[in-house]
Amino acid sequence: MTIVNDEPGAPTPVPAPPVASDAPAPAPTSPASVPAAIRCRGLSKAFGTARNAVVALDRVDLDVRAGEFVCVVGASGCGKSTLLNLVAGLDAPTRGQVDVVGRTALMFQDSALFPWLTVADNVGLPLRLAGMPKGARQARVEELLASVHLAGQGERRPHELSGGMRQRVALARALAQEAEILLMDEPFGALDAMTRDLLHDELERLWVERSLTILFVTHNVREASRLGDRIALLTSRPGRVAATFDVPFARPRRIEAPEVSEMAGLVTARLRQEVARHGPR
Amino acid sequence: MALVEAADASVLEGLDVLETATDVGPSRRARLWSAAWPKLAALFLVIAGWQAVVWTGWREQYLLPAPGTVLRELRSMTSQAVFWKAVGITLRRAAVGYAAAAVLGSIVGLAVARVRVLRVAVGSLITGLQTMPSIAWFPLAILLFQLSESAILFVVVLGAAPSIANGIIAGVDHVPPLLIRAGRVVGAHGASLYRHVVLPAALPSVLAGHKQGWAFAWRSLMAGELLVIVANRPSIGARLQFSRELSDAPALLAYMIVILAIGIAVDAAFAAADRSLRARRGLTLA
Ligand SMILES: Nc1ncnc2c1ncn2[C@@H]1O[C@H](COP(=O)(O)OP(=O)(O)OP(=O)(O)O)[C@@H](O)[C@H]1O
Ligand SMILES: [Mg+2]
Repeated sequence: MTIVNDEPGAPTPVPAPPVASDAPAPAPTSPASVPAAIRCRGLSKAFGTARNAVVALDRVDLDVRAGEFVCVVGASGCGKSTLLNLVAGLDAPTRGQVDVVGRTALMFQDSALFPWLTVADNVGLPLRLAGMPKGARQARVEELLASVHLAGQGERRPHELSGGMRQRVALARALAQEAEILLMDEPFGALDAMTRDLLHDELERLWVERSLTILFVTHNVREASRLGDRIALLTSRPGRVAATFDVPFARPRRIEAPEVSEMAGLVTARLRQEVARHGPR
Repeated sequence: MALVEAADASVLEGLDVLETATDVGPSRRARLWSAAWPKLAALFLVIAGWQAVVWTGWREQYLLPAPGTVLRELRSMTSQAVFWKAVGITLRRAAVGYAAAAVLGSIVGLAVARVRVLRVAVGSLITGLQTMPSIAWFPLAILLFQLSESAILFVVVLGAAPSIANGIIAGVDHVPPLLIRAGRVVGAHGASLYRHVVLPAALPSVLAGHKQGWAFAWRSLMAGELLVIVANRPSIGARLQFSRELSDAPALLAYMIVILAIGIAVDAAFAAADRSLRARRGLTLA
């Protein structure tokens, strides 16, 4: 697997896997002249030993352009988390390759905050590990917390917060890494609809403000239609990209807008079709 | 548009307030009382039972004195210099032995947790050592160090270190993989991953190991002080032995109460540390 960092000095956010040093980036196949931030080519991942291996991903091809907001939808267990872990470099692919241009930050399906740290220390940990001095760090953490509307909550502990607040802390921690690419694994899956809608607005705002590239995993087709520039449909067994949909609507969108519903209907129909293939034979 | 955004933000903050109830628990005094009364009641029952046994005349009063006699003895003992000297020497041995065990146990524990070869080589040996009664070490200790302070410390350290090492090993083994991944994602590797993620996550288990290590240290120390009596070094164990030789039952029982009290006090300190650790991490029921 190759990770191409645009800054040679930038800390690689993963323990370096064997890097094919002589692999020049092939010419981008994505449309437009915008460079690809993430390129997956024939990406496969199997868990377990040869005999009873679970093929989580099978030859996935996926490009995400810099600045793009791509949503990946698919049924539970189709390999969405696996895909993000591979892109983040937390796991090595069984076959194929991922090229990532820029640094990544990953937001887990579960907030994965450190329970022994306060909210502020959780958000500040990436900064601390990057060597930022204490004074600057405190100011930066306050800024980050304010950007997810949690100003003044820094002294609380993760367990004292609601699920939605915890996910916002996790978002602030991800933003603290100053990564160009944000990988999000069903970040709002466990939240009530009202909180989720508000967080969609927040995320869209941050995406524009910081010109992020976002790869957003969800099983909620509406959410994907609300947020994505593009939706990639992942199918199960084997996990593969079955189709991609362009979402051309102007932003900001509302989740209850008719065109968003229509898009969601289209994607759902295709998803049903894919799931039906696994039905009784 | 700006108006809508401002409204959204305040909705979000309103939800936050609704979603995080600040729970006002019972007052400090009420909590102390609810923790204390069962203990006081149990103490009262034990003393009452003891008194009852004495009243049945099962043993002569000079062999099994009444609680009142022992408590009076305890009070008069605490005004003697030799008592405080003995308590001081015993506590110093406990502290030094336990500290040495903590250092040794931590080094061994960390090494075994990190290095696979070491794990295979000595992992089960450490558990084996933990089950070894400390008194079985004394003959060897006396051969190696004669009847000296070192013999006692040797056994105390060997008694406590395996538990402390095992606490670290178990703690490191049970760190949730998700937290390790989260640590790697935010940029912690190698030593910094240990420092910022693995060890803090393992802390409850490390503390449990220390608590058990202390219990073993204290037992080993008492056994050692009964067996290895160093001249001119009064200790609780030596005084206990001395009381038996003089058939001074009230003093003997009074020293036993002192041993129990110290053990309970240290255990309570560990329990308090554990409670506050859990409370800070939200691991307690409200
Ligand atoms: N560490 C692992 N060992 C074995 N099998 C695994 C492992 N991780 C994932 N799998 C398997 O790989 C498949 C894909 O898992 P993955 O977690 O990527 O699904 P997902 O699409 O994220 O599901 P969900 O929507 O429920 O989060 C599943 O069948 C799962 O059982
Ligand atoms: Mg998942």
